[in-house]
Amino acid sequence: MVPLSWYLMLGAGLFIIGMFAFLVRRNVIMMLISLELMLNAVNIVLIAASHYMQDIRGQILAFFVMAGAAAGVAIGLALLIAAFRNKESANMDEFDLLKG
Amino acid sequence: MLPELFFGYFACAILGLALLTVTRKNLVHSVLWMLLLFLHIACLYLFLNAEFLAVIQIIVYAGAILVLFLFLVMLLNLREEHEARRFVKAWQGRLAVCLVLLTAAVVSVYKVEVEPFGGYTIAFISEVGHAKVLGTVLFNRYVLPFLMTALVLFVPMVAAIVLAMKERKR
Repeated sequence: MVPLSWYLMLGAGLFIIGMFAFLVRRNVIMMLISLELMLNAVNIVLIAASHYMQDIRGQILAFFVMAGAAAGVAIGLALLIAAFRNKESANMDEFDLLKG
Repeated sequence: MLPELFFGYFACAILGLALLTVTRKNLVHSVLWMLLLFLHIACLYLFLNAEFLAVIQIIVYAGAILVLFLFLVMLLNLREEHEARRFVKAWQGRLAVCLVLLTAAVVSVYKVEVEPFGGYTIAFISEVGHAKVLGTVLFNRYVLPFLMTALVLFVPMVAAIVLAMKERKR
């Protein structure tokens, strides 16, 4: 039997990879992709905990996380389209319209 | 022995594919590596006796979100992005912060053990069926959050249409 802590460590690793990419990559699409990686790490941890605690609520929560991820990525990509129309670029450093 | 081997393969594959996804220069390659990553995560859910969520993972992530990303990469003409710098200049400090956080997380979960509540054992779930168990709980106790999910999905849909719509000439 695989212990629960292995799953938690896998989730931590995946989350940190996503976080690092979010902090370091400058392309907006790439940042949204790393956001998805982080949400997937959370889902892995939730479902593993739900399995080991024999409690279904973790999986319900993972279900809602998936819905939230879909909504978030849809609105992020729409924002990117609107921003791309003004700047002709998907680079995060270009979007400094609100900077004084 | 076999479960450990399976888990080892999937853990290594997931972490390796995640690294491949976030370091590629070409966004299409990156999205395709992410497809493989999502399939591996779905297999991991199967391994955790959550077959309905594995199917949902493939349908929602690999089917919907990934196609959305691919469409966007296709629509936006990002040819000049290939030559641009991929990473920010001061990435070493951020890497150090991430490594410290990773170490902290691994150390804190290394010895975690949980006591099973025993409500939903593997035998019970496989007898009734995973989708049925999940649906019974979702539509009874969590029906209000479920209905709010509809709103959470509807509002971004309207917002996405409004944001992506071309402004009409006045």
